[in-house]
Amino acid sequence: MEILSLFPAWLLEQGPAFVIVLPLLMGAITAILPSRTLAWWTALVVTLLCTVTAFALLLQVYSEGASLYTMGGWDPPHGISLVIDALSAPVLFLIAAMAVVTVIYAMPATIAEVEPKKRAPFYAAFLLCFAGLMGMVVTGDAFNVFVFLEVSSISTYALVAMGAARDRRALTAAYNYLIMGSIGATFFVIGLGFMFMETGTLNMADMSRILADLDGGSRVAKVGFGFIIIGLGLKLAMFPLHTWLPGAYAYAPTKVTVFLASTATKAALYLLLRFTFTVFDPSFDYVAVVLKYILIGVGVVGMVFASLQAIFQTDARRTLAYSSVAQVGYMLLGVGLATAAGIAAGYLHLLNHAIIKGGLFLAMGAFWYRFGITRIQDFSGLSKTMPWTMGAFMLSGLSLIGVPFTAGFVSKVNLTIAAADKGWWWAVGVIVVTSVLAIIYIGRILLAAYFGSPPLIDGQPAKKNEAPLMMLIPMWFLAVLSIAVGSNILGLGDDFVMASERAAALLTGQGG
Amino acid sequence: MFSVIFEQYNYAVVIILMMTGLYVVFASRNLIKKLVGLSIFQTSVFLLYITIGKVAGGQPPIIVDSHGGEHAALEPVLVAAAGGEKAAGYAAGHSEVLYSNPLPHVLILTAIVVGVATLAIGLSLVVRIREVYGTIEEDGIDILDYRYNLEGVED
Repeated sequence: MEILSLFPAWLLEQGPAFVIVLPLLMGAITAILPSRTLAWWTALVVTLLCTVTAFALLLQVYSEGASLYTMGGWDPPHGISLVIDALSAPVLFLIAAMAVVTVIYAMPATIAEVEPKKRAPFYAAFLLCFAGLMGMVVTGDAFNVFVFLEVSSISTYALVAMGAARDRRALTAAYNYLIMGSIGATFFVIGLGFMFMETGTLNMADMSRILADLDGGSRVAKVGFGFIIIGLGLKLAMFPLHTWLPGAYAYAPTKVTVFLASTATKAALYLLLRFTFTVFDPSFDYVAVVLKYILIGVGVVGMVFASLQAIFQTDARRTLAYSSVAQVGYMLLGVGLATAAGIAAGYLHLLNHAIIKGGLFLAMGAFWYRFGITRIQDFSGLSKTMPWTMGAFMLSGLSLIGVPFTAGFVSKVNLTIAAADKGWWWAVGVIVVTSVLAIIYIGRILLAAYFGSPPLIDGQPAKKNEAPLMMLIPMWFLAVLSIAVGSNILGLGDDFVMASERAAALLTGQGG
Repeated sequence: MFSVIFEQYNYAVVIILMMTGLYVVFASRNLIKKLVGLSIFQTSVFLLYITIGKVAGGQPPIIVDSHGGEHAALEPVLVAAAGGEKAAGYAAGHSEVLYSNPLPHVLILTAIVVGVATLAIGLSLVVRIREVYGTIEEDGIDILDYRYNLEGVED
């Protein structure tokens, strides 16, 4: 591929380490930078460089296949290896690209939402969170996953708490997230301990080989698997373990909400896929049981209950947060089907939902930026006061519902087909019902915005007050992207479907 | 039943600590006490890992000078003392001396750092919550938040 030759050779060679080390290092430096503008530029340059690298790695995977990077030249299983394959590369690129989008947006947003003296540390914490997420995705070492998980989580607690300048409930939300997140990470590390007892290794590929030799392993491996699933379930907001999510999403600074909604839960879901399908194997009976009854069970119940909860929220950001929990249910349903089509649909929804929910939360931030509103009842007449922002919100909202020619439609149709292929018509029914529920909760916001009249300020209707360009560009980029994926403009839809099918093929063992 | 507990004393302690910690996190309504529970819970995991690393009769994993010196004479004795076919086989195949597994200790060093960082962030959040809400009891915070939701004013 000729695009690939445009990148310097060292970038491709050292890329997997580069995307972790650069943000980690610059995160530490950013913390002591004197000016927030300088911190912003640092964050922008770092995320841009990582995006370029992640893109190069993605192209490399598709043209030359998976690559293994040995950290410090120590060969696996003793050294830490970084793995770039068809499963990790798209998620890596997604995280990096969303980071750039949110950093651009952060310039005006943080001025409104974060206290002045905390703005440089804000970008430092963001870069650390970013480094942690990138590390979680590229690493091939199970304990390394825990370390990066905690790097990203701990910086996320700090980031969420910085929303306190806007709403003091950010502090309690951050505290609850800290408690739940730490319990999740600790469960994960307990699970790893059991896996280490069973296999004597921490390298994922090695662990997978030994487990296959042991034919799934003893009761120790089963218990380990259980702990790992619960730990990751807490991180990815699997239905009954999602209680930290609405608060954290609703009260964090908008930039953080967008970044969390579109990357953090996605990285955790990636880990769930990685552990369930490559470290363990669905052919082990206990894994098959968890997939079929637990993941699908909580996925489906979560889809229905979280969608219902979304309908009854007064705060629009909480509505979107509960909707995120419901969307995780779709992904879990796809994963739980454990067929190539099901996993591909779940993976596609992972990518699409990141774009859709990112766009929606970006618009939410702009509403607050201009009018200081988050409650749905205050959204009345927003289509007249902020037509462009509301337009982007509507496009992303339609995509969330799954209207034809949008990204949400493509992944929901693929998921429906995968469920129907397996003969699970009840699952098809649930997908349709929850899409109707999505029409209600997005419709409530759109109705207020398009058919309500602007509130009166000093006896006059509120004037048009559009969001600044640096907010409009990221949100329109995501809104247009979701339409482009849905309508296959520039072949983007095919690219997304291809990426998800390759990832699914890798997981189901049909080559990568 | 008791013999099982005494034979696997470490694991029994790990389970007791783990459940105590988790119970305190969920049952306590005081923010500091919750963090204490969380720390106990995390500490139990450190103990679990250290227990895993223990090899029956194993030496501390430090390379002893085998060229003369008083340790050299001791090594065969120690391997023999370790007893058991598994230990002897391990010693014959890989090393002169039977060592405990050092890896879990190294892992737990990392986990301890993570635990300290989590606790630090948690405590600083509690300080901020105390400044803003004037209480560190969840019941009090819930009442204040409920009132805020109804009236839209902070008090």
